[in-house]
Amino acid sequence: MNIVVCIKQVPDTTEVRLDPKTGTLIREGVPSIINPDDLAGLEEAIKLKEAYGAKVTVISMGPQQATEALREAYAMGADETILLTDRAFAGADTWATSSALAGAIKGLKYDLIIAGRQAIDGDTAQVGPQIAEHLHIPSVSYVENIEQVTDDAIVLRRQFEDRYQLLKVKYPCLITTLGGMNHPRYMRISRVFDAYNNPDVIQYMTADQIDVDPANLGLNGSPTRVKKSFTKGAKTAGKVFEVDAKEGAQIIFDALKERFII
Amino acid sequence: MLDQYKGVMAFIEQRDGHVQNVSLELLGEATRLAAKLNTFVMAVVVGKDVRHLADRLASYGADKVLIAEDDRLEKYLTEPYVQAVSQTIDQVKPNIVLFGATSIGRDLAPRVSARVHTGLTADCTGLDIDPETNLLLMTRPAFGGNIMATIICQNHRPQMSTVRPGVMRKIEPDDSRRPEVIDVSVSLDEHSFAVEILEELVETRKMVKIEDANILVSAGRGIGGSQNLPLLESLANVVNGTISGSRATIDAGWLPKDRQVGQTGKTVRPDVYFALGISGAIQHLAGMEESDFIVAVNRNPEAPMFQTADLGIVGDLHKVIPELVKLLQEEKAKNIAK
Repeated sequence: MNIVVCIKQVPDTTEVRLDPKTGTLIREGVPSIINPDDLAGLEEAIKLKEAYGAKVTVISMGPQQATEALREAYAMGADETILLTDRAFAGADTWATSSALAGAIKGLKYDLIIAGRQAIDGDTAQVGPQIAEHLHIPSVSYVENIEQVTDDAIVLRRQFEDRYQLLKVKYPCLITTLGGMNHPRYMRISRVFDAYNNPDVIQYMTADQIDVDPANLGLNGSPTRVKKSFTKGAKTAGKVFEVDAKEGAQIIFDALKERFII
Repeated sequence: MLDQYKGVMAFIEQRDGHVQNVSLELLGEATRLAAKLNTFVMAVVVGKDVRHLADRLASYGADKVLIAEDDRLEKYLTEPYVQAVSQTIDQVKPNIVLFGATSIGRDLAPRVSARVHTGLTADCTGLDIDPETNLLLMTRPAFGGNIMATIICQNHRPQMSTVRPGVMRKIEPDDSRRPEVIDVSVSLDEHSFAVEILEELVETRKMVKIEDANILVSAGRGIGGSQNLPLLESLANVVNGTISGSRATIDAGWLPKDRQVGQTGKTVRPDVYFALGISGAIQHLAGMEESDFIVAVNRNPEAPMFQTADLGIVGDLHKVIPELVKLLQEEKAKNIAK
């Protein structure tokens, strides 16, 4: 079986802080990590490899810095890693990102593609299903468990808010995985040395090496655009009131109204 | 070219024939957007035997109800639904399409957007119309809620977004409204289905995920006992909040473990966190201090929670909260009347 895992290197948003004075994002010192939902997908892929035998190829789109994430994936047990990097990809929204990744995956052998459900920096959950759409293959998102693997199909437990379904999907297909479905392993010491010293661990791909219409890449290939971004404002010092119940309730009410909670 | 796309469409999510609340919220928002664009509101319902929902959707704002019925659309499955919705879009050419940002909407909308080649903005918490360009302004949180971004989709139609449940307001239903009901003829290509439901289990007790809640009404030892939980529930009801608690309330057995906020519980980051009778041990603060707006009510003016809170009321929560609930209910009644 050939498995392709899509991962994204993201800033650990739980470590991101706002400058209390300016209300801007403090990015310095924020560690980069493999996106948690993707890491869960990678762990599932390596488990499948161990149980049934498979070749695991990990692919990521991003700047040179994303090689760190790929080295980590290799050290965990991935067989091959690919970094899709090119200025032509810059400014891509989910449509253009999925076009690029699908264009690269077209040239690979795959039975199963695994992507994390969503990335913690964007929280869109769109790139996985859109890759499947560009490849014209079925997709199942919100997978919380791989129940069974046969020669021509996979059985998945798909999560909803109020229920779950067991779904049987034929290969080739794409699934998106939920963080928390497993405990991702640590890097294996035996592979760490290779991951960081072997220059051939990472293959690079640029825009002209993938099967995609260049008009669908980067900022120009993106149907959506950010018009503006803003922080919700700096946190001001809190106020404490010692008043009677009625007045206290009124103060809370006014504050909620001011913040459009009601 | 883009001018031929007209109207605001809401995808109506039905599960076992029940319209999901978020879909009615979408119709409310679609009504407001349509008024600004001087256009009409469409509801698209996909399923088996769903025609009977049309009048209800009209009462919540739909001018036209588009019905895509087929036995093979009874249960949600990605590919059949993507075919039904994208064919509907091809036929009707809506200017705007809204989906609920649920585990169905967030599965369906990305594939639809890729199939019809248009943009999609995820999990929006604010929608508006740019008065100059008439473009849809789609505002959403990013970076774990640290920043907000307003997204536009200029040269592709329809303009599509998924919308976070619980954010938009329904309109007051008007039962006298009747929709124009339109049957959409969808031709499903079974060849590409490739997915089969082996089993479905509806969970009777909904899993509570306090980390996903936008508003948390959180109880501490100061609530006095589980007999006082209904008071907190009345507040949670009126603000669409979820109940959570400090370790003390879980250890005392007043609340189940999945509601616990703090270092040994869950880290939460809601828009509003009501800390009611919570003194504010450091382990608790670690789990909620990143909340956008923290309201604390506590009898003890020395409670550390007041250092972290954005707004603190020193007083008896058993008196303050009923007053607050009363004010909120009155305001809600006023908004509905509008």
